[in-house]
Amino acid sequence: MYMLKYVIKRVLLMILTLFVIMTMCFVLVKMLPFQLPLQKSQAQATLLKMQAYGYLTVTDIVALEYEINPIGEQYVNYIKNIFTNKEAPWGYSWKIKTGEPVNDLIIDRMPPTIILNVYSLIMSVPLGIGLGIYAALKKNKWQDHVVSTLVMVFVSVPSYVYAFLVQYLLFFKWGLFDSAVIDSLAEAGGWFTWSMFKSMLMPILSLSFGTIAGLARFTRAELTEVLTSEFMLLARTKGLTKGQATVRHALNNAMVPILPTIISMFINILSGSLIIETIFSVPGIGKVYIQSINQLDYDLFMGLTMFYTVIGLTAQILVDLSYGFIDPRIRMGAR
Amino acid sequence: MEKINIMDIPKNKFVFAQLDDRLHDKKFDTKPIGYFKDAWLRFKKNKSSVVAACIIILIVLFALIAPLVSQYDVTYIDTTYNKMPARNEFLSNFGIATGCKDKQMNNNLLLRNIAIGVASVFDWDKYYTAVDNGFDSNGDGTIDVVAGAAAGDAYIDSITQTDGLNSPYSPISLDSIGKSWTSGAQQYYYRDVEIDLYNELGFRYYEFTKAQLDELLIWQEKSGIQVIYPMIDTTKNISSFNFNNPNYWFKHGNVGYYPIINGTPLTNSFLSEEYDINDDYFEDNYLRNSEGIVQYFEKKSGDNYRVCLLYYNYYIYKNNHEPSFILGTDAQGYDMCVRLASGIQLSLLLSVSIFFINFLIGAIYGAIEGYYGGWADMIMERITDILAGVPFIVVATLFQLHLAHKVGVVPSLLFSFVMTGWIGTAYRVRTQFYRFKNQEYVLAARTLGARDIRLMFKHIFPNTLGTIITSSVLAIPGTIFSESMLSYLGIINLGSSEGTSIGTLLASGRSYLGTIPHLIFWPSLVISMLMISFNLFGNGLRDAFNPSLRGVEE
Repeated sequence: MYMLKYVIKRVLLMILTLFVIMTMCFVLVKMLPFQLPLQKSQAQATLLKMQAYGYLTVTDIVALEYEINPIGEQYVNYIKNIFTNKEAPWGYSWKIKTGEPVNDLIIDRMPPTIILNVYSLIMSVPLGIGLGIYAALKKNKWQDHVVSTLVMVFVSVPSYVYAFLVQYLLFFKWGLFDSAVIDSLAEAGGWFTWSMFKSMLMPILSLSFGTIAGLARFTRAELTEVLTSEFMLLARTKGLTKGQATVRHALNNAMVPILPTIISMFINILSGSLIIETIFSVPGIGKVYIQSINQLDYDLFMGLTMFYTVIGLTAQILVDLSYGFIDPRIRMGAR
Repeated sequence: MEKINIMDIPKNKFVFAQLDDRLHDKKFDTKPIGYFKDAWLRFKKNKSSVVAACIIILIVLFALIAPLVSQYDVTYIDTTYNKMPARNEFLSNFGIATGCKDKQMNNNLLLRNIAIGVASVFDWDKYYTAVDNGFDSNGDGTIDVVAGAAAGDAYIDSITQTDGLNSPYSPISLDSIGKSWTSGAQQYYYRDVEIDLYNELGFRYYEFTKAQLDELLIWQEKSGIQVIYPMIDTTKNISSFNFNNPNYWFKHGNVGYYPIINGTPLTNSFLSEEYDINDDYFEDNYLRNSEGIVQYFEKKSGDNYRVCLLYYNYYIYKNNHEPSFILGTDAQGYDMCVRLASGIQLSLLLSVSIFFINFLIGAIYGAIEGYYGGWADMIMERITDILAGVPFIVVATLFQLHLAHKVGVVPSLLFSFVMTGWIGTAYRVRTQFYRFKNQEYVLAARTLGARDIRLMFKHIFPNTLGTIITSSVLAIPGTIFSESMLSYLGIINLGSSEGTSIGTLLASGRSYLGTIPHLIFWPSLVISMLMISFNLFGNGLRDAFNPSLRGVEE
């Protein structure tokens, strides 16, 4: 009962937050100057579509004359469209892919981002946790010092520096991989083919270093804390070997804060990494977001902003809830 | 043992301990250690953090001192010497910063570079002496024009390939030519050559007015450094490829622009065998007047003269010193060292001011939230919830689009960082306030009549200081990273002639990652060092202020 109440409260709060953010962004975005496509037929089509959306009123379609509606009215229409418009609830992209519904475009760009990050996580989660456990078990020995120092360095160095290093060494120096991620599905033969994986290997590597180091650091910290607690001593006095005690008692407890972190990593996969996608020209969401900013593609920008916000907020809620599921002692919303 | 009845002690047994106005407690032999002193003692023991602090200080010193010491300032740009490797006369004695690069050359490229050296040997004094001797060759006081021109040409032809290699302006020297091999289907012959990129630029055409040209000539006379070299007859250059390039001062054939050596044009076959550097000469394409004397200028329209300059010496003429870019130049031609310093300055300025602003806002906001609790806390928490929900990149973009043209790029970036940055600090202050506000000493102070403000900032706030200083320091690397990321992605545009950011430097060097990696190496190194040392420093602070948290990572 506590739980249900808590979830409802959180979801309501999330909707409120979303609404406020949407309003602020919409007003700010709509205050920016608006530019029509240069080609006349495209400009006319754009104008008609925008009129259908209730953003503006066309006075003379031939001469491309129009009046922009007040922002309040535009906003009401925007929200109306989200619920009623079946084809393009979030509007159309005007610049990057003129006439393409925003939600189609986002869904279209999602697979590369998701696949890239899933590969990276599949690689880095076991490695990171493994390294962390190893360092914690060898606490204050030279192995721990080596791992901890490396982890400190790898956590701090920005991801794009890895990207440059990886690209310089693996591509320019040794010529092992392709320079860019394959853009077309036909060329790769599918999302899960070997050639696609190979072309993605450099961004995967660049994304992984930081994640591995972060997870290793977190795991080490949690596990060392658990290993020194009294129930571990009790387990040893009961006659368990060090290995048994660690696997059965320490790991379980150390995982309580680690698993939610991994869950949030998997949710944040959707948003991807802006800078890595730009460096390796991955045709994913991050890249299209940067494009929408640079070219002022308003509806796409709004749509992607909402997309990012929803993911961020959902991740937060799920992480908070997952604590309760993983460890029954933690009861969400209990007083 | 005699039993003393403590209820019945005679009055005369009581003595005063002291009769002074003040109490005289025994003084401590040791100095008292306060919270911060204690933290400092603990911090000092943490070696890695002390090293990190030193690195930070070094980087700050570099950012402040480099622009003062350097021969160049931030606005200095030399678009010809762009993407140049490091070069410094003093350091080159130790084999670093020589301005050289290893290249693989086929025979054609090798000959072209030798040709630059050969052309630079040309000396006007010697040429005119030769011509004068030719004029006087009749021995009867009349001037023999034909013989003069011929003597001049003989001087030019007397400059051999070996002379060229020995010239200080030659891109390559005999010592720098290394291993050789053949490759490809045609078995072309290649050599490893260390080439001086500053000399490789060789000659450039420039157009001057009469006054500018005279000034240059006077300087040349006075300093003894020859800047102006014979003008090239551009009508004899055969394609747009070499039309504007005075390094093609020699006669060459149509195929591959191979030079004509000793009157015979080279053919493709010379690429497949080892070319002997010998005492042959290049045939020149110099511009001559009707008498056959080599000219140093070509008259252009109006008052303008076109001349052929040795760029290295022209650089000395412009700057009064040799090129000395200690970290090379960036993609546009700015001095990398100074630009890097300006990037660090920006990063540090931003992060330090954000540190203070967030500290201030977060402390006040969190204090009010935590102290009053209840409704005030509820409402204020919702506000932070909403603010925290907006992705940072959206805030930065919108601020940039709306504010940048009004208040400038850097202030608007600052606003966007401040907008959401204080939330973490406020949250920590709030937690600490909840912990301390109900303690007895606060109650005691309240009973004594202390007001809310005094209770908040005099009694409770100092308890939170350690935590929030730590968290604010640990937020600095995040700021530096975000700033460089935004400028790398071009969402904010910080590159200007007055300064730059590390992200902009990275972005402009990005396209040359494969060919000229030092453009991206230095900014990457600096930003990595900054991030690592700030993280270590922050961790050290945390362990010092709050030893119970040692090893806990968040």
